[in-house]
Amino acid sequence: MSVTVRIPGPLRKISNGADKVEVEGSDLAALVAALEEQFPGMKERLVDENGELRYFVNLYLNNEDIRFLDGLKTPLSPGDEVSIVPAVAGG
Amino acid sequence: MTHVTSLRCKECSREYPVGAFNVCEFCFGPLEVRYDLDAIKAAVSRESIAAGPNSLWRYAEFLPADHNPDVDINAGFTPLIRSKGLADKLGLEELWIKNDSVNPSYSFKDRVVAVASAKALELGFDTLACASTGNLACAVAAHAARGNMKAYVFIPSDLEAGKVLGAAIYGPTMIAIDGTYDDVNRLCSELADTYPWAFVNINIRPFYADGSKTLGFEVAEQLGWRAPAHVVAPSASGAMFTKIYQGFNEFAYTGLIGKVETKMHCVQARGCSPIATAYEEGRLIIRPVRANTIAKSLGIGNPADGYYALKVIEASGGSAVIAEEHEVAEGIKLLAEADGIFTEGAGGVAVAGLRRLVARGTIKPDEPTVLYITGNGLKTTEVVADVVHPIHIEATVAAFQDAIGARA
Repeated sequence: MSVTVRIPGPLRKISNGADKVEVEGSDLAALVAALEEQFPGMKERLVDENGELRYFVNLYLNNEDIRFLDGLKTPLSPGDEVSIVPAVAGG
Repeated sequence: MTHVTSLRCKECSREYPVGAFNVCEFCFGPLEVRYDLDAIKAAVSRESIAAGPNSLWRYAEFLPADHNPDVDINAGFTPLIRSKGLADKLGLEELWIKNDSVNPSYSFKDRVVAVASAKALELGFDTLACASTGNLACAVAAHAARGNMKAYVFIPSDLEAGKVLGAAIYGPTMIAIDGTYDDVNRLCSELADTYPWAFVNINIRPFYADGSKTLGFEVAEQLGWRAPAHVVAPSASGAMFTKIYQGFNEFAYTGLIGKVETKMHCVQARGCSPIATAYEEGRLIIRPVRANTIAKSLGIGNPADGYYALKVIEASGGSAVIAEEHEVAEGIKLLAEADGIFTEGAGGVAVAGLRRLVARGTIKPDEPTVLYITGNGLKTTEVVADVVHPIHIEATVAAFQDAIGARA
């Protein structure tokens, strides 16, 4: 079951320039692991050593902040869209 | 010539050359502008600043862009007024009001956009854009008009009419989003990677943010070259709050004022208080909230600089305080009636916060205090519409006397 992930500018060096990739995963933690497999180095940019989402990274599942969902345990469905967005913007 | 040396990540200290990006590639931390403060120190004096223009460009040595008259609408150098009515009501001996609601587009956002637009032109952009709760849209649209640039302003669709019109009048392309400011901001963050525009509070945010340092510089100069004992300021993203403090400290470093002992107090409204709630709970980590406040200009549920605002509170010995929603309109009316200044929701929040800080003894009567009023009441008339009840009469002396009473 494939999920679309939108990659922000600062991570495109790791994604070989791709701004959108398709990966598999039953929940967001699995999705992060799948991203790491496909693009080594991605995981440490997204989560800290305890496996928590990094403070300056926002993840959105279908435009909803995952901090309002079940965090990285939030389950995924086929066709979902996940956006990785740097947190330091706005105001 | 500016005294900028680089952009630097606030978290991991990696350095980057000056350009249109706001985020560290490695840790996603925010980039901030680094200056050669010793060169600034050698270049400025109280006299040289006082001889400068009556705008924020009198502090050009401390800013990350050169003054460009082509895009300048004279932001800054707004009045600092010694309060009489509010000071008396609260029992304060030295209360000052920084009335930043009288900027060209009627909020402090003209400061940040003055700098951002000058920098955008310098970096070769022909289009300004922003995610806004209203005031920023006004400032971006106004500066773009002046600079003959294109403007795209993105706003939540439920803003106050005065803010929507106050931006639309300058002719930007306005995009209204069904969602909160945080939704708008998320969308713009994604668009900023795709469109070759200067999103003032995204890809050129480090330069933009430093425009708010001038709120610190100006108050220090206007107080007779000193920083106050207390600052009370409303906070949304927390950026302005941190930059006021940075402004005081840069003035101290460069010898323009003495040691900074200012306690920084941040005020938020109950319906969107992620920074103040973290403070109350003793956390440095912000828990995002869904904004639902009548003070819409403070409706940022996921504040980009919330963490740094908390650090400033900690470093300065300040605090954070929450104004209840019903206190917003009360605060607006109180400031208008007491001191003749008509502010918007954010100002009402600030006034309510000041009252609470005095009531809880945090601010003592003899301590010089500055209240920052950052936006104009004519943009949010909905909040205080209940004050309008004129005595409606015919144009005759008799009718007037009937209504008011005869003169003795």
